[in-house]
Amino acid sequence: MDCEHAHLRVYEYLDGELTVWKRRAITRHLDDCPPCAQGFTFEIDLRRVIVSKCAEDVPAELKARIAIALGIIEADEPVPE
Amino acid sequence: MADPAGFAEQAMPFMSALYAAALRMTRNPSDAEDLVQETFLRAYRGFEGFHEGTNLKAWLYKILTNTFINQYRAKKRRPDQVDLDDVEDFYIFRRLGGLEAAEATRTPEAEVMEGIPDSEVKEALESIPEQFRMAVILADVEGFSYKEIAEILDVPIGTVMSRIHRGRRALQKKLWDYAERNNLRPRVESATGG
Repeated sequence: MDCEHAHLRVYEYLDGELTVWKRRAITRHLDDCPPCAQGFTFEIDLRRVIVSKCAEDVPAELKARIAIALGIIEADEPVPE
Repeated sequence: MADPAGFAEQAMPFMSALYAAALRMTRNPSDAEDLVQETFLRAYRGFEGFHEGTNLKAWLYKILTNTFINQYRAKKRRPDQVDLDDVEDFYIFRRLGGLEAAEATRTPEAEVMEGIPDSEVKEALESIPEQFRMAVILADVEGFSYKEIAEILDVPIGTVMSRIHRGRRALQKKLWDYAERNNLRPRVESATGG
């Protein structure tokens, strides 16, 4: 396994979509190659940053609309947590 | 066959994730609210067809994406165009100098990404072409497997992989463009670690 081949599989590796054998070959390469290991780590960090920055709070009014539509609460009741 | 009485209890916990995905898809809060409400109503009406014990979250996302594709896609506000020819793997990481700086054990490059405001990250994700965007949201934000995404979007796994890869590259390009415009760089710490 060289750097180029490891890079080709970076997403499948991080997404947990490789076979055990391919996964092991890449892990071995990362153990021996700090720049690649850091590149992979960066991709993980980046994903975490994107997920945390794209979180949203549901507007209370939407929760209420759906609860009423599903018949969970009456229109004049408060929305349960 | 699922019991409709249990629908609300099982489905409501997914509302905030569905709402966030709906916002990224529609790029508009009022459309996102309508899309989520419509998704819940359709899911509720169709809940008897849901097989208890299978993946409720994936089922809800399939309804969300189908509803989006059928009802909201026509209302496109911005053109979907991005040139990815020069965007390679580790696009941002390379540009932040990462592949040359081998010694450190953490990535100061990721801290640069932390410095991008939430609104800019959302904007970057919303700006990538819709087919890629949906695949990236399902994979990166929601953590679905390629197989689940293939079922949700009703496309082959190879197509899912291609869309995720292209979407991530497009997203990296947008984020990098922002970082460069705003001169965001890793903090230069003692390079020798001393």
